[in-house]
Amino acid sequence: MLRIPCPHCGTRDEVEFHWHGDAHVIRPGPEVSDAEWSDYLFNQNNPKGLHYERWCHTFGCGQWFNVARDTVTHEIHAVYRMGESPPDIDQ
Amino acid sequence: MKGYSTFSLIRNALGGHRFWKPVWRTPEPKDSYDVVIIGAGGQGLATAYYLARKYGIKNIAVLEKGFIGGGNTGRNTQVTRSNYFWPQSSAFFDHSLKLYETLSLDLNFNVMLSQRGVLNLVHSHHEFEGLRRWANAIRINGVDTDIVTAAEVKEIVPLINMNSRFPVHGGSIQRRGGISRHDAVVWAYARAADAHGVDIIQQCEVMEFAISNGKVTGVETTLGKISANQVSIAVAGHTGVLAGKAGFRVPITSMGLQAMVSEPIKPCLDTMLTSPVIHMYVSQSDRGEIVLGGGADVYTSYAQRGGIPLLEENVAALLELIPAFSRLRLMRQWSGIVDITPDTTPIMGMTPVQNLYISGGWGTGGYKAIPAGGDTMAYTIANDEPHSLITDFGLDRFERGVLIDEGAASGVSH
Ligand SMILES: Cc1cc2nc3c(=O)[nH]c(=O)nc-3n(C[C@H](O)[C@H](O)[C@H](O)COP(=O)(O)OP(=O)(O)OC[C@H]3O[C@@H](n4cnc5c(N)ncnc54)[C@H](O)[C@@H]3O)c2cc1C
Ligand SMILES: [Zn+2]
Repeated sequence: MLRIPCPHCGTRDEVEFHWHGDAHVIRPGPEVSDAEWSDYLFNQNNPKGLHYERWCHTFGCGQWFNVARDTVTHEIHAVYRMGESPPDIDQ
Repeated sequence: MKGYSTFSLIRNALGGHRFWKPVWRTPEPKDSYDVVIIGAGGQGLATAYYLARKYGIKNIAVLEKGFIGGGNTGRNTQVTRSNYFWPQSSAFFDHSLKLYETLSLDLNFNVMLSQRGVLNLVHSHHEFEGLRRWANAIRINGVDTDIVTAAEVKEIVPLINMNSRFPVHGGSIQRRGGISRHDAVVWAYARAADAHGVDIIQQCEVMEFAISNGKVTGVETTLGKISANQVSIAVAGHTGVLAGKAGFRVPITSMGLQAMVSEPIKPCLDTMLTSPVIHMYVSQSDRGEIVLGGGADVYTSYAQRGGIPLLEENVAALLELIPAFSRLRLMRQWSGIVDITPDTTPIMGMTPVQNLYISGGWGTGGYKAIPAGGDTMAYTIANDEPHSLITDFGLDRFERGVLIDEGAASGVSH
């Protein structure tokens, strides 16, 4: 069971949240090639280790936020708000 | 290869089983191979076997970081079926089921294929309409499937509770579907590949690729450098990691998919029962255990252990459907890291790197695809072009915008 510290509500069980994949993805403009567009649309970072990802506290405050989490240990290193830049994590 | 027969079983039994010989070698890696396959799951081993047997390539290595079948192939729930919605999927998965039907004879190894039928439940009138459309599409694809009424469901699974939280409205059954024994499939292909001269090298992890001028020339492993003319990636949940090392990105998310078994009981469930809506599927193994699975933990994970919330959800769904199982104790629970694509169709064939091939994105359903995956990847590697059954499964489909949205179409995840 993941225990996720929502920046607004405090620590809650994972069942209250939804995971939404890579954080800090920037949508390219309409001028890009099909390859760049499909890279944006479909490809995933999917790292083994530190992952910067988005979560939403769906069954709580409904807010989105970012999480820096290890995908092997599931340890949550940091939680930070949308729009903030990813923190440096010492591993 | 020494064949197995009734006679050899009797002779070894009389010898107190002291004289069985190892059925594959444990070779040291050579400096160079024609083909190196990364990952000794079912997909990698089957590819090596068909490459050696059908295309006469003798100098092949399969490199495995752990032990053979220790990944998803040894962790899955063995569902084998071909009732897919899209014509490309039906054709591919039915080719696989046909190969499964003769696999024990072909490989002289009993893979214990049990075509006990795969029964899909629906729980509302509207879902039933969707199921009819699905069943019709499958039949047009030339694959067997039958609609069954609620009363027929009860006849097939007498233990079922028809008035559960989501009452059972009916279902469909693919009678040729069923289960087989996953370890046997791994061992059968490993033994047959070894007999054709394939080197299966365990405890050998691929760390980097050697690539020059856009062409792969070998791999760096924990046992040293190995050069190769062609390299194929068959590493399931680690596909994204290895693609990254080869310099390209893939639309794959790695997630934990879990399963569990109860203590063994007498035979009471002789079909593979699945419900896409309550997201649970269950069968009884030959040893009598109730084998239960469901959905994946929905966040990236390489942890190979399942989360408690989903375990609880799976068990709750099962007990609502078959209350008699509430007395059973769970014996074991485990998880494998599955490689999920946006359209739940595998990614097979060529990559942006020359002479480097990929067989991944198998997600929650690549066990049933082992024979066809091996067969078509062998063709692809031998001819340096995708086999006709997998031309639509290429990595380039995302850029071209021609996804095969099989998950949405079939509503089942295995
Ligand atoms: C719980 C569960 C239930 C499932 N149920 C079903 C089912 O009922 N029916 C069905 O059809 N499918 C099912 N699946 C999916 C199925 O198990 C997989 O799709 C299939 O086994 C994939 O085979 P593979 O050979 O590609 O992968 P694997 O069997 O995982 O083999 C990949 C191998 O690559 C190795 N490897 C990884 N990285 C490296 C490296 N760098 N160097 C060397 N080796 C490496 C791994 O150790 C592993 O042994 C299930 C999966 C799980 C986890
Ligand atoms: Zn909150």
